Amino acid sequence: MAVWFSQHRAALVLAFLRLLASPLNTLLSLLVIGIALTLPAFGYLALDNLRDLGRNATGVQQISLFMNLDASKKDVAEIENRLRAAAAGQWRFVPRDEALKRMQANEGMAEIVASLPRNPLPDAFIVEPKNTEPEALEIMRKEIAGWPRVAHVQLDSAWVKRFDAFLRLGKLALWMLAGLFGAGLVAVTFNTIRLQVMAHAAEIEVARMIGATDGFIRRPFYYFGALQGLLGGLLAAGLILAALRLLATPVGELAALYGSTFVLRQPALGEIAAMAGLGAFLGWLGAQLSVSLSLRKFD
Amino acid sequence: MIEASNLTKRYPGGLEAVKDASFRIDAGQMVLITGHSGAGKTTLVKLISTIEKPTSGSLVVNGQNLTALRRSALPHVRRHFGLVFQDQKLLFDRSALHNVLLPLQIAGLPHREAVRRAQAALDKVGLLAREKANPIALSGGEQQRLAIARAVVNRPTVLIADEPTGNLDAESATEILDLFADFHRVGVTVVVATHDQTWIERYHPNVLRLDHGRVV
Repeated sequence: MAVWFSQHRAALVLAFLRLLASPLNTLLSLLVIGIALTLPAFGYLALDNLRDLGRNATGVQQISLFMNLDASKKDVAEIENRLRAAAAGQWRFVPRDEALKRMQANEGMAEIVASLPRNPLPDAFIVEPKNTEPEALEIMRKEIAGWPRVAHVQLDSAWVKRFDAFLRLGKLALWMLAGLFGAGLVAVTFNTIRLQVMAHAAEIEVARMIGATDGFIRRPFYYFGALQGLLGGLLAAGLILAALRLLATPVGELAALYGSTFVLRQPALGEIAAMAGLGAFLGWLGAQLSVSLSLRKFD
Repeated sequence: MIEASNLTKRYPGGLEAVKDASFRIDAGQMVLITGHSGAGKTTLVKLISTIEKPTSGSLVVNGQNLTALRRSALPHVRRHFGLVFQDQKLLFDRSALHNVLLPLQIAGLPHREAVRRAQAALDKVGLLAREKANPIALSGGEQQRLAIARAVVNRPTVLIADEPTGNLDAESATEILDLFADFHRVGVTVVVATHDQTWIERYHPNVLRLDHGRVV
């Protein structure tokens, strides 16, 4: 076990030294990998921010429940009980008198409301559901519509559906982009490792002759690929953080113009680690493919 | 002990470099493989050291049939051999010490112990003072001595060399011959492919003569 550990440590150190041995090549490779990871990762964060924006937009994902005009306080209490039992999220009751007052407060409506023989507005509930998936909203709308003394249930489902379809399309495009750039990263590592194998051909040949196992020969290349990917992932995270910092102020100002307090979400530590881990995995994969092919000529 | 039975190596294209070779080398012997150029000396050395795989026949080293071994087992077998080549195959991207360290790193020795043994091997071949030198800065004789240090640092049971004095002047060649004789004296089996008659005159070793791939 100690031998295994020390050989891995030696391979890691060797890989690190090889990265440092040609700083310009390393920097260029890291830039290519970093940019390849930045684009899909930035897209992911942009979509996530957009989803948050959609969730936070007032009135977008609300269900309005209108009671019959002759609904009693007992009927209202019954609806409240049902909402509570259904764990529907947050809701607030808007009594018909309050609704009328609000209407009166609107410019030019006071005279019209005053001329009405009686209050034409019903009691209402504004529900902000916990689950804002379009399917879940539709199910809830249908359920509420079936409750007693409910005259009308309103859900702006078309908007929600369009927004959700856009997000799904974005997600799909993002996966395709991520796949494409992931393959690019593997190809970059493949080529770098192929050049590394060629540069160390003499060492590999001698090591084989004097008893080196496949693992001993391959290990430094695997670590090289993984290290390169990991550093590329961290570089991508740095680029994204810098871009989000630059965008934060203008986005905040734009949101404020629409009365929103929306702020761009920064990548969490776990997401940065995932990016670096993904880079390391893809780098290792590229190295694995390259070493397997390149070392055949030494057999 | 090395025992070959009907060992044959046929290369793609049909050239039979070694044909039906059968011989036995006992532990602790010094054996010279001789013959004219193209007789199959280098191929036989490569077969014994498992660098090449025979087309047919069997090769048993220390009771282990090498021709029946799986590929993954070969590296462990090779660690019992110390190999010295005519062109040394030294690595010019590192110091003399680090060239000698390589077999010990492969064997997984702790670094401190490996350095101690590598320095001892360099001392044995008279190169300790040049441990930090790049092999490219060494003379031909010194390079060959460095290659011998690398070959013996892992304490092999068999020291195998292919024309180790081929590119050297008479004085350097004598130094190399004496080194091989020293290792033979302490019980190491020494197998050398050479056409240098000095070996026979000085040490009267067992001789395995090859002619067009056949043992004669």
